[in-house]
Amino acid sequence: MTAVAAPTRRRRQRRHISPVVWLFLLVPAAIEVGLVFWPALNSFYLSLTRWNGLGAPEQVGLDNFRELFSDGVFREALGNNVIWAVGFGGLSVAGGLALAVALNKPRRGVGVYRSAIYLPMVFSLAVTGLFWRVQYQPDGTVNTLLGAVGLESLERQWLADPKTALYAVLVAAVWRQVGYVMVLYLAGLKGTDPSLDDASAVDGASAWQRFWYVTWPQLRGVNTVVFAVTVIDSLRTFDIVWAMTQGGPYHSSELLSTYMFQQGFTFLNLGYASAVAVVIFALALLFIITYLVRTLKEEVS
Amino acid sequence: MSAPAVTAPAPPAASPSTSHDRQRVRRRGWAFHAVMVPLTLLWVAPMAFVVLISIRGFDDIAARGTAALPDSFTFEGFRTAFGEGAMGEALWTSVQVTVPAVILSLLLASMAAFALSRYAIPGRRAILLVMLAGNLLPPQILLIPVSRITESLGIYDTLVGLVAIHVGFGLGFYTFVLHGFMRSIPSEVTEAARMDGAGAFAVYARIVMPLCRPSLAALGALATTWIFNDLIWAITVLRTQAKFPVTAALLNLQGGYVSNWNVVAAASIMAAIPTAIVFFAFQRHFVSGLLMGSAK
Repeated sequence: MTAVAAPTRRRRQRRHISPVVWLFLLVPAAIEVGLVFWPALNSFYLSLTRWNGLGAPEQVGLDNFRELFSDGVFREALGNNVIWAVGFGGLSVAGGLALAVALNKPRRGVGVYRSAIYLPMVFSLAVTGLFWRVQYQPDGTVNTLLGAVGLESLERQWLADPKTALYAVLVAAVWRQVGYVMVLYLAGLKGTDPSLDDASAVDGASAWQRFWYVTWPQLRGVNTVVFAVTVIDSLRTFDIVWAMTQGGPYHSSELLSTYMFQQGFTFLNLGYASAVAVVIFALALLFIITYLVRTLKEEVS
Repeated sequence: MSAPAVTAPAPPAASPSTSHDRQRVRRRGWAFHAVMVPLTLLWVAPMAFVVLISIRGFDDIAARGTAALPDSFTFEGFRTAFGEGAMGEALWTSVQVTVPAVILSLLLASMAAFALSRYAIPGRRAILLVMLAGNLLPPQILLIPVSRITESLGIYDTLVGLVAIHVGFGLGFYTFVLHGFMRSIPSEVTEAARMDGAGAFAVYARIVMPLCRPSLAALGALATTWIFNDLIWAITVLRTQAKFPVTAALLNLQGGYVSNWNVVAAASIMAAIPTAIVFFAFQRHFVSGLLMGSAK
């Protein structure tokens, strides 16, 4: 379409938007408003109340939030969530990126390696959790492996020990996530300019220099997406912790999401649980915006 | 995929220096495989051990531990998980949830994407982004109100309620991806049909949807695994354990068969197989679906 033709066409189209088209848009939009945006607004309201699900919610202002900050379990969950975001994000990005760079060029066996590494991604987080619960049993593969290489002193009940439970779950989650990040970076690498890499190789740059000065700067777009997606994912994390430890022992692997679920659905502190949900939302918001801004930029270009 | 060339392309006349280069490349190739083979084995090992445990007998595991190699071979674990453990029913429940949820999601999302990509609806970019933002919300902020809303609609603790929330929550993302694809269809194609007097519905059904088949397949594969693998919505909307889909039933079963690791392993394999099949059948679609979700 030429620039001159565009405006007239647009005007004609607007005049001709038929009721069918409006229906096409409004039905899905109404469903999303009813099942997503309306409930989300409700959570904000509920976070200002005390409610056990029976009768009318009692208005308590900001009491729930005040209570949260003196709640030791909440603070532990928040701290665990920070560890989780850093560990889960850092390890899966480092692993995924390294594997993507290693498996980028076609050579024998690359297809097999790639498939093996992103296979765990298709399992649900609950299945992943159970797969790893089996490995962490006192007589399971992890302890047996440690024993076999002479590290008996490290053997322990990984999921029952408050010192290791969170990290044990983290390893399982990273195992599943690395393949996903690798796929994203493989796509990003496909978008980089191979002639730049070749040229710098001819100029005598080492592999590390070529990666750091030539390839990495070209991955900036993918990095933003990966960063936003992993942080949003880590704030959402629920299933795998629920499947492996339910936040225990003694809240040592509690995350905000599992704490929220327990408060809401086990103890029926609906107002308090909503306040935790609002905190999760507030933390996620920044990254949701990052993701949307980047999306908008892509849309425009 | 499986390019046979391991070494760098060699010029026809091999001078001393290039043959030396080739040797170095070959040595680097060995180093590559020397790292990748153990790493891949390590990656596959947890899955392999779960498979080995699932075919061992209870006594074998009790006597020799979960890490030992099988001394017995039996489908007892699978039989128990399927029958007593109710995994069979749960798998069927998951199918009953996943199929309608995927079809409805894609249908509704394609309608919205069609309207937003083909017509100059005022504020359409804002509408699209708001819809996408809905999908990025942490589910936690929806859980309590959603369980209340489904209750007041009379669909709490029903599979209809679960399908509804899957559709509602996924819509924004699917709409966004399909919009990106539909926008790339040249306007001449739909313009011509419109000139010939085709209405909006005819353009959607006969022209745009058939053209979208590849991206619908990719999104379908992705949505199937997401919905099939869901846990949090299932335990939020459903209360009756007999109605649990596969992931929720799996966690239940695990509580009931605490030390029967062969049953737990068999059940988790049963829960993993359907998505693994979708993955292998639609591998290419699946990966491109993931990319649509993020690199877009």
